[in-house]
Amino acid sequence: MTDQKSAPPVTFTVNGARHALALDPRSTLLDVLRDHLDLTGTKKGCDQGQCGACTVLVDGRRVLSCLTLAVMKDGATITTVEGLAKDGTPHPLQQAFIDHDAFQCGYCTPGQLCSAVGLIAEGKATTADEIRELMSGNICRCGAYPNIVAAIQQAMGQS
Amino acid sequence: MIGFEYARADSVADALRQMAVSPGAKFVAGGTNLVDLMKMDVERPAKLIDVSKLPLDQVEEIAGGGLRIGALVANSDLAYHPLVEQRYPVLSRALLAGASQQLRNMASVGGNLLQRTRCPYFYDLVTPCNKREQGAGCSAVGGLNRMNAILGTSESCIAVHPSDMCVALAVLEATVRVTGPRGERVIALSDFHRLPGDTPQRDTNLEGDELITSVELPARGFAANYTYLKIRDRLSYAFALVSVAVGLELEGGTIKQARFALGGVAHKPWRNARAEAALQGRAPDEAAFAAAADLMLHEARGFGHNTFKIDLARRAIVRALSQAARGTPQSQSNKKIA
Repeated sequence: MTDQKSAPPVTFTVNGARHALALDPRSTLLDVLRDHLDLTGTKKGCDQGQCGACTVLVDGRRVLSCLTLAVMKDGATITTVEGLAKDGTPHPLQQAFIDHDAFQCGYCTPGQLCSAVGLIAEGKATTADEIRELMSGNICRCGAYPNIVAAIQQAMGQS
Repeated sequence: MIGFEYARADSVADALRQMAVSPGAKFVAGGTNLVDLMKMDVERPAKLIDVSKLPLDQVEEIAGGGLRIGALVANSDLAYHPLVEQRYPVLSRALLAGASQQLRNMASVGGNLLQRTRCPYFYDLVTPCNKREQGAGCSAVGGLNRMNAILGTSESCIAVHPSDMCVALAVLEATVRVTGPRGERVIALSDFHRLPGDTPQRDTNLEGDELITSVELPARGFAANYTYLKIRDRLSYAFALVSVAVGLELEGGTIKQARFALGGVAHKPWRNARAEAALQGRAPDEAAFAAAADLMLHEARGFGHNTFKIDLARRAIVRALSQAARGTPQSQSNKKIA
């Protein structure tokens, strides 16, 4: 890449695996996950912070990887959709999305899942209205929202 | 994105030292707005100085009953902080009305103050914009200006400041503590953001080599009678067409003190001392609220697509003052307007 400037190295953990990387400081976390680490579950939607498809968990909190410069996440623990299942068993939210058919095309689903994991960890939503409000950063152009809310409610009941 | 150098700062002094020797550098914390603008080549810093790990992430009580909020406190952490929820609920509600939870988790308090306008022409490199390039002209005045300002505009710029948080900070009469090579200073929130005038490229009175370290709130939090009412094109995750933050002190059936500010209508959170004073001593009824709204909007001017905002703002002010007086603040999850 032309125009590349210097930056200190960055080390972070993704889904339990440690990575030490030398990056162009322009690299977003989204592009590093997809293009450097081959973790293509995290999706590029709008690439400008308006759709939520790129949502991942950084140190347990949901953030937008498209607006995160990877060099700024030195020492972080990152979880992507690939890291949600344990030992071949889907995460309860993944199972709930299947049970409730909470998708159509599926493109927004990895972001919806990571966002909902963050939502449940935050513990601020109990009613359907509150789930909708606190999931408003994840757009579903197929309009699967009623089923997404139902799936999250099911997973919340289990946690 | 234009290439840039990147370095981490390990202390406030280190951040200022790096800035002093790095012309064209910018500080970065949450990056939610700056990185977006860099992707569009609207912002082209030569260097980013990462201040995100500096120890400015505490919320602490200060003498006199106020609160000091570190500049790096995440918007979500501030919204849910027990002292903010209890004593400054209008700030909590305004924060939760802004952006999405993902963005609130990333965005810092200092960065929220420094948000740049979302005027589409500011983002569009192929149309003139005085804020992007001084003297180029304003495309919004005669263009698509539905989201633009109706108060405090100039021939050069009709952009609005997009923040919700700052509208609540205006009502709370917050101060902003900054530090730089010339030392520390405190800027009143009302003096922090500028009107566009003929220098719309400058959003704030912060100098380029200064760093925001904290925001301080005085003791008065209007915890009993407040609201944050945000009117927008969809119910969540959208910028305000008009928003109203209110704090009232009621005593014996009359209004003892009133503070209210508008968002989405000007280059800064909009207050009007005459409109607030007009409420003082009045019974909290619709006639008083309508008179205050008229004073607030006396000099409002529409530019075509956004002219509807004048009526919308008038009604939103009356509604918000009513919500605050009744003690029934607008819910940020059930969006039915009370």
